[in-house]
Amino acid sequence: MKTATSHVLTKAQFALTAASVGAAVLPHLLRLPVMFSIPIAALLIGRWFQRQHTAVRVPIWIKLPLIILFPVLIIFHYGNIFGREPGSALACTMLTLKLLETDNRRDARAAVCFSGFVLMSALLFDSDLLFTLLLLAALSLILAALRSLEPRPLGAPLTIRSALREGMRASVLSLVAAVPLALCVFVFFPRFGSPLWGSPSFSAAHTGLGDRMAPGTIEELLTDDSAAFRVSFHGSAPPKQYLYWRGPVLSFFDGSAWSRAELYSSRSNASDLHASGIATTYDITLEPSDRRWLFALDVAIAAPPNSVRGADMTLVSRRPIVDLLEYEVTSATHYELDSSLNDTVRRRMLELPSDRNIRSRELATKWRNNLHDDSAIIKAALAMFHEKFFYTLDAPLLERDTVDDFLFDTQRGFCEHYASAFTFLMRAAGIPARVVTGYQGGYYNRVGDYWVVRQSDAHAWSEVWLQGRGWVRVDPTAAVSPQRVELGSRAAAGESARWYQANWMQAVRNQFDLVNRVWNDAIVQFSALRQQSMLAPFGIDKADYGSLMSVLIGTSSLLLIAFAWWVLRMPRVRDDALDAAYGKLRAKLDRAGAASTPAEGPLTLAERTQILWPDNRNLALACLNYVRLRYGCQRPEDADVRAFARSIASLRLLTISRAK
Amino acid sequence: MSAQPTIATRWSRALGYAEKRLPALTRLKKIEPLPIRLDRHRIYVLPTRFGLIFSVVLVVMLLGALNYNNNPAMLLTCLLAAASYQSVFQSFRTLNGVQLTALRAHACHAGGSLPLSLHFHIDTRIRRSLRARIGDYETVFDLQPDSDGKVRIELPAPRRGWQTVGRIKLYSEYPFGLFQVWSWLNPDFAALVYPRLEADAPPLPNDNALAVTHAQRGRGDELAMLRDYRPSDPLRGIAWKASARHDTLLVKEFELQRGREIVLSFASLIGLDRERRISRLARWVCAAESAQVRYTLQLPSGTVGPGLGSDHRHACLRELAVLFGGAE
Repeated sequence: MKTATSHVLTKAQFALTAASVGAAVLPHLLRLPVMFSIPIAALLIGRWFQRQHTAVRVPIWIKLPLIILFPVLIIFHYGNIFGREPGSALACTMLTLKLLETDNRRDARAAVCFSGFVLMSALLFDSDLLFTLLLLAALSLILAALRSLEPRPLGAPLTIRSALREGMRASVLSLVAAVPLALCVFVFFPRFGSPLWGSPSFSAAHTGLGDRMAPGTIEELLTDDSAAFRVSFHGSAPPKQYLYWRGPVLSFFDGSAWSRAELYSSRSNASDLHASGIATTYDITLEPSDRRWLFALDVAIAAPPNSVRGADMTLVSRRPIVDLLEYEVTSATHYELDSSLNDTVRRRMLELPSDRNIRSRELATKWRNNLHDDSAIIKAALAMFHEKFFYTLDAPLLERDTVDDFLFDTQRGFCEHYASAFTFLMRAAGIPARVVTGYQGGYYNRVGDYWVVRQSDAHAWSEVWLQGRGWVRVDPTAAVSPQRVELGSRAAAGESARWYQANWMQAVRNQFDLVNRVWNDAIVQFSALRQQSMLAPFGIDKADYGSLMSVLIGTSSLLLIAFAWWVLRMPRVRDDALDAAYGKLRAKLDRAGAASTPAEGPLTLAERTQILWPDNRNLALACLNYVRLRYGCQRPEDADVRAFARSIASLRLLTISRAK
Repeated sequence: MSAQPTIATRWSRALGYAEKRLPALTRLKKIEPLPIRLDRHRIYVLPTRFGLIFSVVLVVMLLGALNYNNNPAMLLTCLLAAASYQSVFQSFRTLNGVQLTALRAHACHAGGSLPLSLHFHIDTRIRRSLRARIGDYETVFDLQPDSDGKVRIELPAPRRGWQTVGRIKLYSEYPFGLFQVWSWLNPDFAALVYPRLEADAPPLPNDNALAVTHAQRGRGDELAMLRDYRPSDPLRGIAWKASARHDTLLVKEFELQRGREIVLSFASLIGLDRERRISRLARWVCAAESAQVRYTLQLPSGTVGPGLGSDHRHACLRELAVLFGGAE
């Protein structure tokens, strides 16, 4: 029984250690390049099976090459070993290798401890609410593993199942109990104004709309159900058919793709905008996109702070959006834009590559010659779309002359095809036109009273310039499939939705989005700025490092003192009711002048009382009752004990001197 | 390897110094009567080495989360930190209220191991992964509320006589191994170690001059055993058939239950040193007991017996154990 120096892990202990390592590495596996994720998964699974069947150590000639190989691969792939991506890849591989050599308690503790770090680093890449919740579950697995590593009595080794069941329950309890202290540290721990190292760029951003629209760009977005932004209107929201969220305007066409013309978009080319009707004011919380576009309801009256509005009414932020961004915009849904168009701009808006899409060009020329009037040409084009074309997300691939192919061959597609083809036709017919990309529609969350607009709501439409009316929005997709505007792209596509985009699931997701919003609002967006203004109600306008630290230390000490009080309080030793009653009897005898010593048993006491009070039978009876209750049965009935106590209470004794 | 002992000796020297200066805080607790109940006055807590390493990892996690201004990562780190630091309370609760109600030592002879049972009692909550440590010997146990928590631990018993158990360290690192809570118990208890049994002792001295011989000896009707022939044995006692099967002469030893009585005398064992005599006598006591021969033990401190049976044996062994105040 001499203390063992090495504590070799039991099967259950190893299983829990491996599980916590696996849980820590798993969130990374989906993100890491295949050259790391596959070997890591293979090593983890292999080691698991190996250890479950034999307790043989992994030989050094397997471990050593791996220890050298992985860092070399990381440097080869990332060109560096520091920073977030290579650092986390290194951490994952090293943790995996640690599991290979884990055989005793010390190694297992080190592995479990390090897997906490690896788990945390997964959040640097994605900090979605669901993801965070999953990682919290993994956290309780880590605590359960630590718990299972405690030594067990010889005869009662832990099984995997009981270790998991009891360990997880206890760990979840520990985590729940830890919430107050954790929140206190989270809220009051001073944040860094600027990072100590590296740049906190948010590569997890869901890439939204770009400044280029080639066939297929929007299709990618249509399958992405992450939120693009959330909107809360200050008043009532405009009707759904007005919910065109204007993004980048694309006015340059190279024959297959539309892109944004930087020159034209510059601010110097200010446009004139006459808003009519009621302006709508609202707040937008934009998800990080790594790009600079801000979105606003068509069309924003002024640019939000730190951004400019181009002549094409595109809002451009000064910096790429790497964190959640909240801004307030006012928009006019009825407006007149650019009542006159100067020649340079006009020429640009009619520009087309001359060598491509000949058939479309001929069609437009034919319309121009027959119809003369601009609005008649627009009507003709929309009518053509309405009659012959079919809205589907499963658009066939287009060849070199994308517009010709689409208009005359495939005739199936979605917004980007229609916007592109329509704008092309208009330009070819001599009407200045451009493509506007953005989002259309959104989902109204009744509980949270806000709108969520998803990447899958991405849309493209056209603007044509008409004499006397300025730029007018024309949505050719609406001509083909009015539901697109009424119900959204998914409903319009009907059959071609992905299985995970089924309607009921979509409804659940939309409801659940409220939680995401609260999460974003309360946790993700919590910043040094908000922290500083937090103590304002208590008279500290701009909390600095020192005051935050003192509040942190103060509140956490209070919490810990409360915990300590609860733990350290001396338990009140509950007196046994039977003994208490017997004690009263002895106290009575004491008062009557017949003090008994602790060594005097109840039977001797009974004899003695018989001598002292020969005519008091109850006294001896009480002593005998005590013996019966205390020693005559395993556990006296509560009723009997109460009766005994009553009988003691009703005893009347004469003091000995008087009795004598 | 060379640095190891110096650190260890320095540590023990420092501990010795601390014990002198801070008797309340360190192991030097006065012997105290049972039952001993552990409460906040005598439970100590310190982080383990793993606890310190864990803290360093937590700090690194915190820095990473702060640097990338990642609040969810920060929240995760805070939760892990709060849960792990609050485990100090759980650790404390593991030991709080544990009661050492009794100790019991089982019979053992010097040179063997002393099986000791510690009887613990708790009122509430299961306690897991408790460890009791005496010197270098340690055992792990769980305690269930309201049941007799009997914990066995085996100590070496190098010499006969009263052996104090010494200070018991009751400790635990439950639940996460980050903190060690401990308490020193110094119960008022000593175990009696019987003398070593001589390995190659001569057979029982049933024929020596001091043995009381009875007329019935050898004429009983019960065959007790076969033993080697000794020159003075009568020929009719020889078991011829049995001797033919073996290669030596065997003598049938008949016995009446009360027929024989021997005297084991300390004084008669001349030419041996004291401890040797004691251990031979102890061996003979055991041999006589297994041969069911009544025996009397004559010691300088007095005479025990005659008698036979477990009680008598223990009385004899006890006398032998404490003879001359135990082994030096």
